[in-house]
Amino acid sequence: MIEVKNLTKYYNNFCAVDGINLEIKKGEILGLLGPNGAGKTTTLRMLTGFFKPTAGDIMVKGISILDNTLEVKELMGYLPESAPLYHNMLVYDYLCYVAKIRNIKGDKIDSRLKELSELCGLSNIMHQSINELSKGLKQRVGLAHAMMNDPEILILDEPTSGLDPNQIAEIREIIKRIGKEKTIIFSTHILSEAEATCDRIVIINKGKIVADDSTQKLKNRAASGSTINLSLYDVNGSDALQILKSVAPDIEVSKKESSEKGLISFEIQSSTSKDLRKDIYLKIKETDWVIAELKQESQTLESIFHELTKGN
Amino acid sequence: MKQIINIAAKEFKDYFISPIAYIVISIFLVVTGWFFFSTFFLFDTADMRNFFSMLPIIFSFVIPAVTMRLFSEEMNIGSYEILLTMPVSFTDIAVGKFLAATLFSACMLFPTLSYPIFISFIGEVDPGPVIGGYIGSILLSGAFCAVGIFASSLTRNQIVAFIIGAAICFTLTILDQLLFFVPSYITDIMAFLGADAHFQSIAKGIIDSRDILYFLSVIFIGLFGTYIVMQERN
Repeated sequence: MIEVKNLTKYYNNFCAVDGINLEIKKGEILGLLGPNGAGKTTTLRMLTGFFKPTAGDIMVKGISILDNTLEVKELMGYLPESAPLYHNMLVYDYLCYVAKIRNIKGDKIDSRLKELSELCGLSNIMHQSINELSKGLKQRVGLAHAMMNDPEILILDEPTSGLDPNQIAEIREIIKRIGKEKTIIFSTHILSEAEATCDRIVIINKGKIVADDSTQKLKNRAASGSTINLSLYDVNGSDALQILKSVAPDIEVSKKESSEKGLISFEIQSSTSKDLRKDIYLKIKETDWVIAELKQESQTLESIFHELTKGN
Repeated sequence: MKQIINIAAKEFKDYFISPIAYIVISIFLVVTGWFFFSTFFLFDTADMRNFFSMLPIIFSFVIPAVTMRLFSEEMNIGSYEILLTMPVSFTDIAVGKFLAATLFSACMLFPTLSYPIFISFIGEVDPGPVIGGYIGSILLSGAFCAVGIFASSLTRNQIVAFIIGAAICFTLTILDQLLFFVPSYITDIMAFLGADAHFQSIAKGIIDSRDILYFLSVIFIGLFGTYIVMQERN
């Protein structure tokens, strides 16, 4: 559906996007993750034709965006970050204007607006001025704007930023619902959101792709290592360290300061996926230590994200 | 073509949603009305020459005020991004906004049609210069709108856009009065570049293709400049 080849963008001497290659299949929900300033928005803006790339090309259904920007724009719906709409217009007037620009026939405009207002929950605010709307409502109007001509590709730039938890859930629900038929690309820096909605996650850092995999695979990759937190009462720290190290060959044990008096905490890191809790317990059973806490923390997407985008 | 009309219609409506339209029209009518009628009875002639002779100067401040928001505001609130990601070309946007601004200027001129009607009660009005004057005014406002839109596309600050636009329009207006200061070999070119002489010649009732061509060229250059600025930004 979309093919991104060696996409590069320079702002003067600053390289915002550095040779990105991507292929997005039809019907995929792709989440673009990355820290602030990683080049997410720039990438999306180039995908929509708002920015011209410094180098590289984007093919949408075999049409190059450089040669045929208008044709590609007709296939896409775009919601920019924080939905910058014309603030002095009424919601209804604004959507009518968009419908006309999107070449919707005059007699079909009203029925289309009705569908969209139901889908995005706009029926109560159709005759309000856009500058009176809250951020969440604006975002919904922006979503209606993006979906006006029922585009095959939907590009959303941080669609849930600045919304309250209920609204986030609603927007996610909408994305999932429309994602059954459409190709959706959205950027976010909320990891749980990407985990919950995307089929595939692309993480970019400093303009480069550092991970590109299906959500499930990325999660499995994350689960391959584990960390165990152990807290013990009344022990000699260095002795305990020695004993704990002998539990398994390839683990790292480190002592942590504990805030509670008489309590010593250890962090045991293992690079294998084997569950070590049993071995640790059996080892401790041989001694007269008292266990305050024994907890395994499976690595999440978050830790993968931290690792991949380190040094930023 | 359809997109141009869509954009023009939206921009034109926008003028009347905000109070800008009413303020600008009122100021324009008060200023022209006062300047015109305060000296009208001294000359004791039933014509509008006086009105048209000061129009370029007034336009060079009023028209940039009309056009200053067209691009600057969009860039400032970010809706420029929405506009450009819809299936419209740069040309559609520039021409659409230009048509809206010119149409608005025509609306601004419309109430002044009452002047020749009133004057015709006092004395015999020669229709030639009046009709020519209005044709010239539309052409002049078109040219200044194109310049103002170009100025607006340069910056996201409306005040800066207004100042740049007014400076260019004002320079074009007074250019043929500055001939005294320039070397003789470029006086001819300078004289041709000035907007005032072309406008006054049409306002006399003589519709010369050179004058029309001049205004159309200014419009074209202004819009083409806007096009280039938009492309550069992209």
